[in-house]
Amino acid sequence: MASLWFWIVAAMIATYVVLDGFDLGAGAIYLIAAKTDDERRRVLRAIGPVWDGNEVWLLAAGGTLYFAFPQLYASSFSGFYLPLTIVLWLLILRGIGIEFRAHIESRVWQDFFDVIFSISSILLAVFFGAALGNVVRGVPLDATGYFFEPLWTNFKLGAQTGILDWYTILIGVMGLVTLAAHGSYYVALKTDEDLGRRARGFALLCWPVQFFLTFSGLVATYFIRPDIMANYERHKIGILVPIAVVASLAVMLWANPKGKEKLAFVASCLYITGMLVGAAFALYPVVLPARDHRYNLTIYNTAAGSHGLSVGLVWWTFAAVLAVGYFVFVYRKFRGKVQLGEGHY
Amino acid sequence: MDSALLVHRLHFAFTATFHYLFPQLTMGLALLIVVLKTIGLRRNDPVYHEAARFWGRIFGVNFVLGVVTGIPMEFQFGTNWSIFSRFAGGVIGQTLAMEGMFAFFLESAFLGLFLYGEKRLSPKAHWLSAVAVFVGSWLSGYFIIATDAFMQHPVGYFTASDGSLQLASFWDFVLNPWAGWQYVHNMSGAAVTGAFIMTSVGAFYLLSGKWTAHARIFVKTGVIAGCLFSVLQIFPTGDGQGKMVADLQPVTLAAMEGLFQGQPGAPLVIIGQPNEQQGKIDNPIEVPKMLSMLTYKRWNANVRGLDAFPKQDWPDNISLLYYSYHIMVGLGTFFVAVMAVALLLLWRGRLFNARWMLWILMLAAPFPYIANTAGWMTAELGRQPWLVYGLMRTENGYSKVVSAGNGMFTLLGFMGIYMVLGILGLFLIRREIEAGPLAGHESVSNLHPVTEAR
Repeated sequence: MASLWFWIVAAMIATYVVLDGFDLGAGAIYLIAAKTDDERRRVLRAIGPVWDGNEVWLLAAGGTLYFAFPQLYASSFSGFYLPLTIVLWLLILRGIGIEFRAHIESRVWQDFFDVIFSISSILLAVFFGAALGNVVRGVPLDATGYFFEPLWTNFKLGAQTGILDWYTILIGVMGLVTLAAHGSYYVALKTDEDLGRRARGFALLCWPVQFFLTFSGLVATYFIRPDIMANYERHKIGILVPIAVVASLAVMLWANPKGKEKLAFVASCLYITGMLVGAAFALYPVVLPARDHRYNLTIYNTAAGSHGLSVGLVWWTFAAVLAVGYFVFVYRKFRGKVQLGEGHY
Repeated sequence: MDSALLVHRLHFAFTATFHYLFPQLTMGLALLIVVLKTIGLRRNDPVYHEAARFWGRIFGVNFVLGVVTGIPMEFQFGTNWSIFSRFAGGVIGQTLAMEGMFAFFLESAFLGLFLYGEKRLSPKAHWLSAVAVFVGSWLSGYFIIATDAFMQHPVGYFTASDGSLQLASFWDFVLNPWAGWQYVHNMSGAAVTGAFIMTSVGAFYLLSGKWTAHARIFVKTGVIAGCLFSVLQIFPTGDGQGKMVADLQPVTLAAMEGLFQGQPGAPLVIIGQPNEQQGKIDNPIEVPKMLSMLTYKRWNANVRGLDAFPKQDWPDNISLLYYSYHIMVGLGTFFVAVMAVALLLLWRGRLFNARWMLWILMLAAPFPYIANTAGWMTAELGRQPWLVYGLMRTENGYSKVVSAGNGMFTLLGFMGIYMVLGILGLFLIRREIEAGPLAGHESVSNLHPVTEAR
């Protein structure tokens, strides 16, 4: 039962990164790709009706994590106290950046919120990447099952690590480039003319960097944690993950210049899912590795009681079907290229 | 109280109090917007649609602030109260996860359609999206109340071998009797806020002589809803909640009422200062035997005072609890009086010309916020010294790994950001009120005419 919930939470986090990833990415490229006020409004219009719903996946994943693995929620959220608080502040700034920009017709007001929106999107992408880096690298958990990480120590991987070290920064940059590319594909899909062309060009520019970072990230991960390969050696099905990642990278490179925007975007979704599923596959059944492996948090020592987990499966399945239904409905209603001249932004 | 405990308590108290300024209006307005849209649809009256659209714009600004201040709440159980989360997560994780899965998805998906999709939807579908936003926000309220109800009156759990609480009965937990009364009382309070705000804006327009057709709808809807929910707030919901506290947390009731010595025929203190050193109320104005009557329906019933309980189980801030409770009750009584007079004038057809009453209605807008805040302070200070009533004390629940200094740093950071948010929110809502209900009326869903006019 705990294994099932491990994969449910992993799937929800992946859904969050794929969905909110494109609006974060759109924010990251916003100042560069969208030059005129008209173009900026098109980008905002493309993400406006959906960003809040996308962000709900973060809340729902957090809530589900709390419900299924209370001990993991307690340890990780208190241990990552400082970066999480910063993430919350950035989410606040980003939300008002999107929503409050259009309220006042003033160049200064709009430029101000443009910058707030874009910088908070960029920093969030880096922080989410670094968060993944921290989880893969392991944290200084002790026998109490708790830890506290400062923002940085000496940027090396010793016994007392910080949130930021050379490895997590590498993964953070990888996160930024991945989401910037992801956002570019989305903007290319939703807009046309100069803006769509620029987004496609930006994605093309991202591709070699993304390719390079994917491989250096994987090599670095193997270098700091050779045991990460254990699950892949034990379960041959794991080979599907690198195949999916490489294939999706290839499809992105091929589809983007041909103007097959939808295919490139779908490939980017697959790439992100592949990378996250790959990390989850490597970690399982560990949910938060400790620097000292005796103190690893696993699904076995963090899960809620079995009755609660069984009951949860009933309502979760019901709610998830409803939620997917809403998303399909909303995305269909707002499908197609963005038109200006109606509604907000 | 050690300083880390104080910082973590203030951290949650501040962020929760500030956050709840927004959802109470969201939940109240969501209901009233559905009312406006329903009437507009049935009578095919464009003025009602314009009114609904106007409140939709204000709702939008308010909703954004509710969302961005709400996200930190879900994280704070883990960041600042990790020991508690580990202890109770096996139970309350259920309702917190359900809130995300059932309520937030519904609310966020249909809010986009409601605010930006009027052109793309048929009038019925647009009405339905307003209903979905209403249902989502009221569902969300239930899951949070059910979570709080478990902390007030834990049911449906068992203690596992590692000492943590785990779910024993889903329905016992979700249908906690505490949650029932608290939910209706709280939602009625949110509706009071929505009604007073709507009335206040209408009264402002009438006094300024602007937008009178819309303003009359605002005042009429607001006064009828305000009168109904102000009465419901006292009876049966407030009364039911009070009896439940008397029954399940008698020490809390004693502290709320400032009843230091238990006695048969206990008086109801209307005003007076609690004196914790000497264990009495200074300068009280009391109604003899009223507390016994209200609590047990008998004039001479014995009401247990604080002296009946060990001091270590007393709420740790009796004065603040007492004042919060009395402010809530005093304002609640004031709301009934104001709205009853306004309704009478409305019925006699004199309200729209009664400038003195319109002045009162306009200036009354802040008070429901104070009453709702004081109500929540009563509930949560009354729960002290327990985090989960009878099972975990507050001093044992906070994150031991997060130092007082780090807690203070983030608390100050939140205070700064929230101050800016508050100013921005007031500024933008004032602009919407200034622009008026006909802003952008030339196209159906032209919600931001200023942007479109370029």
